[in-house]
Amino acid sequence: MIAKLKSAYGSGIEPLTYLGQNYMVVDRSLIPEILQVLRNEEEFDYCVDLTAAHYPKREKQFDVIWVLYSFARNERIRVKTLITESETLPTSVSIWPTTNWLEREVFDMFGIKFDGHPDMKRILLPDGWKGHPLRKDYGILQQDNEWVQINLGIESGQ
Amino acid sequence: MTDQNTSLSPLDLETPEKPFLDANELVINMGPQHPATHGVLRVILRLDGEKVMGLECVIGYLHRGVEKIGENRTYTMFNPYVDRMDYVAAVSNGLGYCETVEKLLGVEAPPRAQYIRVILTELNRMASHQLWLGTHALDIGAITPLFYTFRDREEILKIFEKYCGARLTTHAFRIGGLQYEAYEGFEKDVRNFVSFVAPKIDEYEELLTTNRIWLERTKGVGIISGKDCIALGVTGPVLRASGVKWDLRKAQPYANYKNFDFDIPIGQCGDTYDRYLVRMAEFRQSLRIIQQAVDGIPEGPIMAKVPKVIKPPVGEVYHSIEAPKGELGYFIVSDGSTQPYRLRVRPPSFVNLQALDQMCRGQLVADVIAVIGTLDIVLGEVDR
Repeated sequence: MIAKLKSAYGSGIEPLTYLGQNYMVVDRSLIPEILQVLRNEEEFDYCVDLTAAHYPKREKQFDVIWVLYSFARNERIRVKTLITESETLPTSVSIWPTTNWLEREVFDMFGIKFDGHPDMKRILLPDGWKGHPLRKDYGILQQDNEWVQINLGIESGQ
Repeated sequence: MTDQNTSLSPLDLETPEKPFLDANELVINMGPQHPATHGVLRVILRLDGEKVMGLECVIGYLHRGVEKIGENRTYTMFNPYVDRMDYVAAVSNGLGYCETVEKLLGVEAPPRAQYIRVILTELNRMASHQLWLGTHALDIGAITPLFYTFRDREEILKIFEKYCGARLTTHAFRIGGLQYEAYEGFEKDVRNFVSFVAPKIDEYEELLTTNRIWLERTKGVGIISGKDCIALGVTGPVLRASGVKWDLRKAQPYANYKNFDFDIPIGQCGDTYDRYLVRMAEFRQSLRIIQQAVDGIPEGPIMAKVPKVIKPPVGEVYHSIEAPKGELGYFIVSDGSTQPYRLRVRPPSFVNLQALDQMCRGQLVADVIAVIGTLDIVLGEVDR
């Protein structure tokens, strides 16, 4: 299967494996297409997880990772793409409705926007919060003191 | 009793054609403090009389930033935090985390440790389902099952307490195996428990399964089809009750579940009653596994050779287990240091809660309570 995809997309896909788990690093430009192909033709009908990681020292700072599973094949695969801070990704809600809340959480924690998402707003943090906590430049004890003072009426949350 | 008057596919539900507020609709807030929402969950209901037109969940009241904390603690230091996410079934969380880190390190827990792990995990599954049954029945109005299940759950918690000192947030497992040897009389206690609880499960069934009020309140409520479950990513007993025969313990076995013989109960139509039947059947299957495990515990070490300072090589791994609520997954990115670079927890309750909107359309307000109960969510896991 990987060979078929590789032959179709050439240099845009790089299949790798670590500890017996297969994953592929895909170019940003191929993203909606590859996910569609994986869902429709290769039967990866269950999107297990969508998450991201922040590497501030790299040029392409964010890693966005989809973990997919296929019931028919009993196989799990990861799709990874690298994007810069200002780039956005197309939404996968039309491919897997699971990603609705998962994309909202990635936006909430990292600030990565997904174009075409029906409800792109924060999910775990309050709506007016500033900052994206899971980025590496957000301190472990940092809180949005302005929000705390306006909404909770106390000096600071610490 | 309830009519599904919606012809919208799950995708259309997210983009309503009309504005949110309509003259015929009443927007009611089922606020974060509510006796039946199993934690701090806020549900905004759009009602037409008593019928639910749509709902929106607002979560995040219990967000503690566990993933951020994970980046600032070493692998062993993070172990106790993991129990606090799904605080009802803490042992499974620990199993998932320890197995993922063991995978990164390339070690495997010795056989004796794996048998004891399976026994504790299945006991934990029973405790979680017992709590689910008690609180779900209480939401619907039946008070007696609560007392029965909590009384029997005490026996499991006593075993946990004798084993590791804690009833709820057990921190039972360590990376590479177990820290505590099974105490003197562990096997006797577990065998006594198995023979003690089997007739109790029959008692629970006698109270509810053919009870006319229970049937009226749960049959046909919160129906979701197998295809929608897969599309929405719902796993666990909810998926099995919709007819999809899938359990991670059989599909991608972990922790020597291959050695045990058990069935996967499934339901037919995916309503609340089917989910109740599936979880009752899971009780019995857990008892089977515990019986087989206790008969076969080998002698041997309980901890594998793990370095004192855990520094996995650079790489990333995803591993998931079948927690009582669904597929609990851990995705750990390691950069070669003693602290994880990124630690992501894939919570089953978070993804299952998304399906609430679809399951409640066209139902009555009282059914919303039943569906929240049947999804078996724990807010600690939803929010982390």
